[in-house]
Amino acid sequence: MYNASDLKKGLRIKLENEPYVITEFNFVKPGKGQALYRSKLKNMITGAQFERTFRSVDVFEPADLREKKMQYLYREEGKYCFMDSETYEQVFLTEDQVGEARNYLIDNLDVQILFFEDKPLGITLPNFIDLIVVKADPWAKGDSVSGKMKPVTLQTGYQIQVPPFVEEGEKIRVDTRSGEYLTRVKG
Amino acid sequence: MEEEEWVLSKRRESLWVRARMVQAIRRFFIGRDYLEVETPCRIPTLIPESHIDAVASGDWFLHPSPEQCMKRLLAVGFEKIFQICKCFREGERGSQHLPEFTILEWYHRGMNYMSLMKECRELVISISSAVGCGSDIVYQGGKIRLNGAWEHLSVREAFNRYASMSLNEAIRGGCFDEVMACDIEPNLGRKRPTFLYDYPVCPGALARSREEDPGVAERFEFYMAGMELANAFSELVDADEHKRRFEQVRDYRSSMGKSVYPESERFLSALDTMPEAAGIALGVDRMAMIFTDSTTIDNVVTFTPELL
Repeated sequence: MYNASDLKKGLRIKLENEPYVITEFNFVKPGKGQALYRSKLKNMITGAQFERTFRSVDVFEPADLREKKMQYLYREEGKYCFMDSETYEQVFLTEDQVGEARNYLIDNLDVQILFFEDKPLGITLPNFIDLIVVKADPWAKGDSVSGKMKPVTLQTGYQIQVPPFVEEGEKIRVDTRSGEYLTRVKG
Repeated sequence: MEEEEWVLSKRRESLWVRARMVQAIRRFFIGRDYLEVETPCRIPTLIPESHIDAVASGDWFLHPSPEQCMKRLLAVGFEKIFQICKCFREGERGSQHLPEFTILEWYHRGMNYMSLMKECRELVISISSAVGCGSDIVYQGGKIRLNGAWEHLSVREAFNRYASMSLNEAIRGGCFDEVMACDIEPNLGRKRPTFLYDYPVCPGALARSREEDPGVAERFEFYMAGMELANAFSELVDADEHKRRFEQVRDYRSSMGKSVYPESERFLSALDTMPEAAGIALGVDRMAMIFTDSTTIDNVVTFTPELL
């Protein structure tokens, strides 16, 4: 259990049976009055945000959250299917839950799936993923001198800015946190 | 390590302003014939407070404020005294709170809370000119004007103006503190400083009750930029009333499962000779936040506990 004085930004707690993350937090105490803990919370299932002020007598349950390594299998009717390769258990995430990660999902990719109790909530990708360029304009000599980037399309459909010398069929490494090109990968 | 050095060196400018501010405070009181005193910060007994937890130091405590010793000085005949000292409160940490912080506390025999407002105003104006802010302080893009009248707002009026419920409704609903902290305080002292005065009597504040209206305490709080900077009252001098309030606080604390601290017999007996007086405690760190345009108290101290 947590006390109000344990609250801090980033802490995940359970309120009314749903997981919340504290997105903003401040300790306030009006003159001669009691300590108050002003918090902004985000519901980790619905994304809804609200403000709430707690007192020092309030106690909280930690949200039972854990991550499990799973493999991406396929997408069907807006749902993304992932499988635990040891137990063969399968779970589905919605388009919203997958979010930006959809740009990097290639078959059999190992990812971390976040669970609240038994419910899958979201996905954490490896920091770097190698993807094949499926569409690129040809390299016009001299472009690299200007330092300009050019747009290409990757095998997932993701459009990304890359240096002009990157060609169709090549593999590049992308930083999934920034969504940016890092380097070409041989082989 | 590099990050810590960087954090500390960024504070150089605000630490200079803070130092000039503290020097100006001393000059102000010395110029008015106040005696600067130093009372022990490690003490065996405490004045009971519903919502202040003390830091233990062996069998004794680090004082949460110098109130007890300074009032005993007042009771034996010291007329005008001030002190700038470190105070300690368990569990208080936020953008405006540190568990170890600096209080300026002063007492003036024969004064009441209304005349103290005037002296508080003169102090702030003299600090402002000493640190080079003059008559307009710019805080987070807003201008606080020191020239002209300051705002005097009773707690009742403040509820009517800023809250969704009246003072009486808030007291009945048990949410006075929440409404004060969330709906009222952020609005106070924005364009000019605000004195919020005439509080409902609360057992932890040793303020005299109004003769004609015993539910009202002769107490004010001073605000700038939505921040509480000082708490003052016409001092309660009635020993029996003290004992009643102490008992209420003790009952409250034990009902909440909080530690009940030893109290001072010497303090209670000193009240027999306690003169009419007014006293005020001002948060030096928060005042420094105002004059350095800082949004966090961390920026106006050398080391926060996290850096130790």
